[in-house]
Amino acid sequence: MPPVEGRPDITMLRRLAVDLRQDILRTIAAAGSGHPGGSLSMVELLIGLYWHALRHDPAQPFWPDRDLFLLSKGHGCPALYVVLAARGYFPKEELRTLRRYPTRLQGHPEKDSPPGVEIASGSLGQGLSMANGIALADRLDRRRRRIFCLMGDGEIQEGQVWEAAMTAHHHKLEAVCAIVDANQLQQNGPVAQIQDIEPLADKWRAFGWHTLEIDGHDIVQVIDAYDKAQTVKGQPQAIVARTVKGKGVSFMELNPAWHGVAPKPDELEKALSELDAAKAKLS
Amino acid sequence: MSDKPTRDGFGEGLLELGRSNPNVVALSGDLEDSARAVWFKKEFPDRFFSVGIAEQDMIGTAAGLAWAGKIAFACSFSQFVTGKALEQFRLAVCYQRLNVKTAGSHGGLSVGADGATAEALEELSHMRVLPHMTVIVPCDAMEAKQATIASASYPGPVFLRLGRAPVPTVTKPDDAFTIGKANVLRHGADVAIIACGTMVAHALEAAARLARERIESRVINLHTIKPIDEDALIAAARETGAIVTVEEHTVLGGLGGAVAEVVVRHHPVPMRFVGVLDRFGTSGDPAELLRAFHLMPDDIASAVKDVLHAKR
Repeated sequence: MPPVEGRPDITMLRRLAVDLRQDILRTIAAAGSGHPGGSLSMVELLIGLYWHALRHDPAQPFWPDRDLFLLSKGHGCPALYVVLAARGYFPKEELRTLRRYPTRLQGHPEKDSPPGVEIASGSLGQGLSMANGIALADRLDRRRRRIFCLMGDGEIQEGQVWEAAMTAHHHKLEAVCAIVDANQLQQNGPVAQIQDIEPLADKWRAFGWHTLEIDGHDIVQVIDAYDKAQTVKGQPQAIVARTVKGKGVSFMELNPAWHGVAPKPDELEKALSELDAAKAKLS
Repeated sequence: MSDKPTRDGFGEGLLELGRSNPNVVALSGDLEDSARAVWFKKEFPDRFFSVGIAEQDMIGTAAGLAWAGKIAFACSFSQFVTGKALEQFRLAVCYQRLNVKTAGSHGGLSVGADGATAEALEELSHMRVLPHMTVIVPCDAMEAKQATIASASYPGPVFLRLGRAPVPTVTKPDDAFTIGKANVLRHGADVAIIACGTMVAHALEAAARLARERIESRVINLHTIKPIDEDALIAAARETGAIVTVEEHTVLGGLGGAVAEVVVRHHPVPMRFVGVLDRFGTSGDPAELLRAFHLMPDDIASAVKDVLHAKR
């Protein structure tokens, strides 16, 4: 399936973002544990990929020439599972098995479980190195495809990320596009307080990456960034997406308490009705 | 045949693989000369990737190459790659069951003068406990070459432990090498001496000395620590009734530990463990260090006499 030509229906995608957020919260609530904050912050970034930028075919998850999405911030996997289910990679009912033995939907991703989940992650900082390795193999094989790797802003405190950033620059891996979900929080508080990573865009530029900085909840900016990144030659690209942890739910937004806790039934109801109201405003 | 380091056998094997299999690629973190992957690099520059002094990224990148269908040989000093990248081995390589073949050179005390920080004495224990990992310690350069070539067609992750110092050749060119199948190098019914790597030659020498005292040793080259050859170990326990393990490595969790796990389950017999006794290395000439750390044939012979005492 080729990428969707031209500009997709933006209003449809905005409504979709609300639906996916509701599915994420329902899924985590049913599991009784999980990471809502970092899942909610990456919704538009995934929509831009799975409804626009990626060349993929849910009916053929192992299609050899597919573009690749590598989720490096593994704790955000509820968002990935919800998106894969929405695109038809597996039945939506299966979302209810998240984190429950025996399930394909592991608490942090396992490779090919289910097909569409490209890599294992959950030990932070490892996805970008794998993206580079795939890009090097693709170059030898003359396979042309894009490899997107999504990381968290707390995650990039891991030294391996910057080792990989140097490798991608050194080998001029133009197939690799790093996305940083800069949602401002990590487990124990604001990133700026735990260990400051700014100036983020300047860091990636200094490491030799073509760097774009966007509002990661503005679906138009997200899609434009993916389109622009694709045109860059001879250089890996980094998209610094400024986002809000817990986006869409007032009591979760920028609240570190919602890093790794499932909503209780009453909290779920409150969150879902907030999102219903938000959706009603999108005509 | 003159003495030769096992790392040379790896370098020759990798070069041969490069010529026979276009899917073989190699990586190093600025130690390709030390690990002898430089021979591959010179002939196949397009299939060799330098990742800088960054072992975690090297193993992650190797996993990516293997993810995309390559057989990726990553090499570095044994201590640095296993120590720094343990988490990458666990998640990216073993959990994903990828064809990453890692060569750790300068294993054991063979780095000598460089001292404790570079001397790898714990890495067999670290690698052995990872699910899906295969662990091989070749005893000479010829076996290292065979093991390298065999690992390319063996599915999943493989770790090869290599040495820097030249070692005598104890295998013969027509000796079979099968991953997971121990080789009995000497037959005897009084005791089994089970060794790997550089200690195989010492075990053979110890057995020769013991024979002069009418103690007949079975010497087993346990080149594959994992998957372990249970049949060979159970037969050794049953037929000799006493076992001495020998490794240029800590006695905690390496070859000796792996053998003991099998023996206590199936046929418990007295055992003695010759190896490094829960301590760090130190600077010195490698041969001198082997003496200082009690890894010489006479040390093995003493352990044999001790275990025979327990057997009676």
